[in-house]
Amino acid sequence: MNAQPKMNADTQPLLDVVHARKSFTKGDGGELLVLEDVNLTVRPGEVVGLLGRSGSGKSTLLRLIAGLSKPSGGKVNYLGTPVTGPAEGISMVFQSFALFPWLTVYENVALGLEAMHVARDEIRRRSLAAIDLIGLDGFESAYPRELSGGMRQRVGFARALVVHPNILLMDEPFSALDVLTAETLRTDFLELWSDGRMPIKGVILVTHNIEEAVQMCDRILVFATNPGRIVSEIQVTIPRPRDRNDPAFAGLVEQIYVEMTAKKGRTTTRISPASGSGIDMILPRVSSNILAGLLETVAAPPFSGRADLPEIASELTLEIDELFPAAETLQMLRFAEIEGGDIHLLPEGIAFADAEVDERKRLFARHLLAYVPLAAHVRRVLDERRTHAAPSSRFLDELEDHMSPEVAEETLRALVSWARYAEIFAYDDETGQFSLENPT
Amino acid sequence: MSTTRTAWSTASRGAPSRFDLIALILVIGLLAFLAATSKGVMAPITSLDASPVSLNPWMLPGYVARTTLRMLAGLSLSLLFTFTYATWAAKSPRAGRVLIPVLDVLQSVPILGFISVTVVFFMSLAPGRVLGAEFAAVFAIFTSQAWNMAFSFYQSLRTVPNELIEASRSFRLSGWSRFWRLEVPFGMPPLVWNMMMSMSGGWFFVVASEAISVGPTTVTLPGIGAYIDLAIRQKDLHAVGYAILAMLAVILVYDQLLFRPLVAWSDRFRFESEPGAPVPNSWVLDALAGSRLIARALRRLRGFGRMIGAAVRVRPGSQSVDTAMNAENLDRIATTIVALLLGVAIWQAVRFLAPELGWHDIGTTLGLGALTAIRVFVLIALASCIWVPVGIYVGLRPKVARVVQPIAQFLAAFPANLLFPVAVAAIVTFRLNANIWLSPLMILGTQWYILFNVIAGASAMPGEMRHVSNNFHVKGWLWWRKIGLPAVMPFYVTGAITASGGSWNAAIVAEVASWGDEHLSATGLGSYIANATTDGDFHRIVLGVVTMSLYVLLINRLLWRPLYYYAERKFRLS
Repeated sequence: MNAQPKMNADTQPLLDVVHARKSFTKGDGGELLVLEDVNLTVRPGEVVGLLGRSGSGKSTLLRLIAGLSKPSGGKVNYLGTPVTGPAEGISMVFQSFALFPWLTVYENVALGLEAMHVARDEIRRRSLAAIDLIGLDGFESAYPRELSGGMRQRVGFARALVVHPNILLMDEPFSALDVLTAETLRTDFLELWSDGRMPIKGVILVTHNIEEAVQMCDRILVFATNPGRIVSEIQVTIPRPRDRNDPAFAGLVEQIYVEMTAKKGRTTTRISPASGSGIDMILPRVSSNILAGLLETVAAPPFSGRADLPEIASELTLEIDELFPAAETLQMLRFAEIEGGDIHLLPEGIAFADAEVDERKRLFARHLLAYVPLAAHVRRVLDERRTHAAPSSRFLDELEDHMSPEVAEETLRALVSWARYAEIFAYDDETGQFSLENPT
Repeated sequence: MSTTRTAWSTASRGAPSRFDLIALILVIGLLAFLAATSKGVMAPITSLDASPVSLNPWMLPGYVARTTLRMLAGLSLSLLFTFTYATWAAKSPRAGRVLIPVLDVLQSVPILGFISVTVVFFMSLAPGRVLGAEFAAVFAIFTSQAWNMAFSFYQSLRTVPNELIEASRSFRLSGWSRFWRLEVPFGMPPLVWNMMMSMSGGWFFVVASEAISVGPTTVTLPGIGAYIDLAIRQKDLHAVGYAILAMLAVILVYDQLLFRPLVAWSDRFRFESEPGAPVPNSWVLDALAGSRLIARALRRLRGFGRMIGAAVRVRPGSQSVDTAMNAENLDRIATTIVALLLGVAIWQAVRFLAPELGWHDIGTTLGLGALTAIRVFVLIALASCIWVPVGIYVGLRPKVARVVQPIAQFLAAFPANLLFPVAVAAIVTFRLNANIWLSPLMILGTQWYILFNVIAGASAMPGEMRHVSNNFHVKGWLWWRKIGLPAVMPFYVTGAITASGGSWNAAIVAEVASWGDEHLSATGLGSYIANATTDGDFHRIVLGVVTMSLYVLLINRLLWRPLYYYAERKFRLS
């Protein structure tokens, strides 16, 4: 079963995703599109990366491929036949490891084979081989709770490999691990892959870590949000093993940053509304501390008002899942501009960074009311009402006309936390009331 | 404690160990016990009159064994119910929409009310045999355990982490293996905890159900409950003492032989666990797990399970769109049937009750219910005033807590009705007002839930929080108001809910009590049901039971449940 990772690209594709889309039915019967018209082909010997932030549908796509959910339209073909359920030959490594805590390492690994009704001796032989391969020798009788995160994910890998899959699906497998452990595990995995010692022919990796994608993949598909879709495809031709300090590596990382922060060129006219520009704008939950911290860092030397996003990310050790929403919020509030993978502060942004607490709050309040329509809307309603109070359900109902209940809830939570910082109105979580009163 | 965990690693061949011996004795003992005690079950009912219950203390062990067996039978039935009913409710959202409220209603029906209504039916199932009466008693235990076990398992099924489900699907486990490999293990720890809780209640009702008379139908099953009943009628305080001692012994044995091992065993299924947490321990489990014979038997059993699994194999993902459509249709049919049943039930109830009972009766029961409600609330309040401070005091002192906690749990398990005669004797002797002094009996057995929950809450208080209060010199009333009481609040509410439910259930026994020829009765819904039961007046039994269910349901919905969510949200230290 030892497939050579490098094969010519003319052979039959392992996997073929054709015009796949996925939507969910909203509470009011409307349709919420989470994945739009995705096409993807995986050939033997390839590691394909699906890169994007949370909510870009990359995990949804992985689950379509795994046969864990069905596409609302289009097709997923595995070795030429449509995937209708979990397929033999496709196995998955999970972000949270998803080990059974009451089974030992050995039992966890053997489980997949037992489900396939493999003979007992064969189960034992193959399980021990997989455990051996992944470097878990000696841990066979340990329970997951006795292991560190890195060792647990190794069990996850052994369990996925033991069934001798053709395609290995990895759903952010390193993101729950600390930086050092993740790096070790990645390197070990790449070594096994390059040596062709794993019984797999192709890998699909979901990640939101740009460096990880560049380090591991032959091809990276960049996803955008609202709705989730592929916006670009990047070939990675840097020879393995890849060095992060290699200028070509850094250049590619920079290029992807630019792609991912490019202003959306397309106007959105589709059944499921993307983030709008009125009160239907989806607000990310970013703490005012992060916003202030980002402004200060960019304002201060060595950046002095203009910074490269990858540099900021490593300076502040922020994942793109945290950095991008923060940077975009600053852009939305007109404190900063993002262009070509750079962030540069507008005069108000610099003023904010230089100001004292009270002045900062005043500035933030002014921008919040001016540039976030939902904030102005809530404030107006509160001003107009004689009681100067309104229940959160009033605004949630409005938001749910435009987005899913979960996103509406998140948006309102984000607004509450900003409004509290700006002191433009108050919110009592126990009663669910917005008001203009100051708490006593 | 690795010995409790790795039964399979000791499966290699070799000479029998001392664990084998212990395990063998335990198993033989169990078999002999089952055989000996079930002998009388198929006997004709006249045999009960031929060999009436005797107060001879040497007969007690036999009675205790019969009672224990009923308990086991009830528990097994409850498990069966849990695995089917809760699974159905969790797997089919449509069915769940009906099944779960039904469960909620069933939970609020007073358990002794079930017996009063169903005993005649069960007697008719096996006419002329003891078996019918046994059915009724076992059913009483079943009703005291099944509902909350099913609820707990349903909750677990709904909260299995999604990635684990996806993992088992992507490794293509069949539905059958997913159930036994993932869902049952995941639900096991809360299920075992609920079994223990139910068991405490179970003792109360098994004792009460062994000697009941509904009109002309009198059931006296050989057991510790019947023994106590006779002792009361003959005013034999010595016999009462023997029964109490026997009961103490039984609960201890049950705890050691059944629940300790179960808790220690189910600990391995705990999903989240810090490596440092103390692992529950049980010598019985150690013996069983250490035994090679048991290990071999278990392997056989597992092989058997696999065979069943292969026979009923349903591949996940094999359901096509058609079958999904069918499932939808089936659900629709089921909904229709339920609706029809509801209609029939209402019509039946009205037809049954309307000719005999008027608005006046409904008014009476509602009024009596209010009286009982007041009793329950006053008692809960009183018990809280005593046990919350005590519980916090104890909980903050780990050494004291280690001693007090098991005692409190034990007292909660002890069927308080065994102590009623003592109280009644006192009330008669001192000529006290029965309306007031019978009331404390309602909470005699249930107040301990408050105590041990509060102890648990106070011991779970993080050390840092205590240090902070020391650091800022928060003391006295301020400490209780801002730190002590809020910290135990969610635990207290849980305890109070259990105590309140238990007290309503106990009302039927506690509001009427007798000692020899002295009959005491307090005015309330409990005594109304009890008296109707003695008279065999089924219309009033049903009316009383329905009214009590309504009260319990409403109080749960309007008071306890909101309070619980409020406490969870506001005070839970996560």
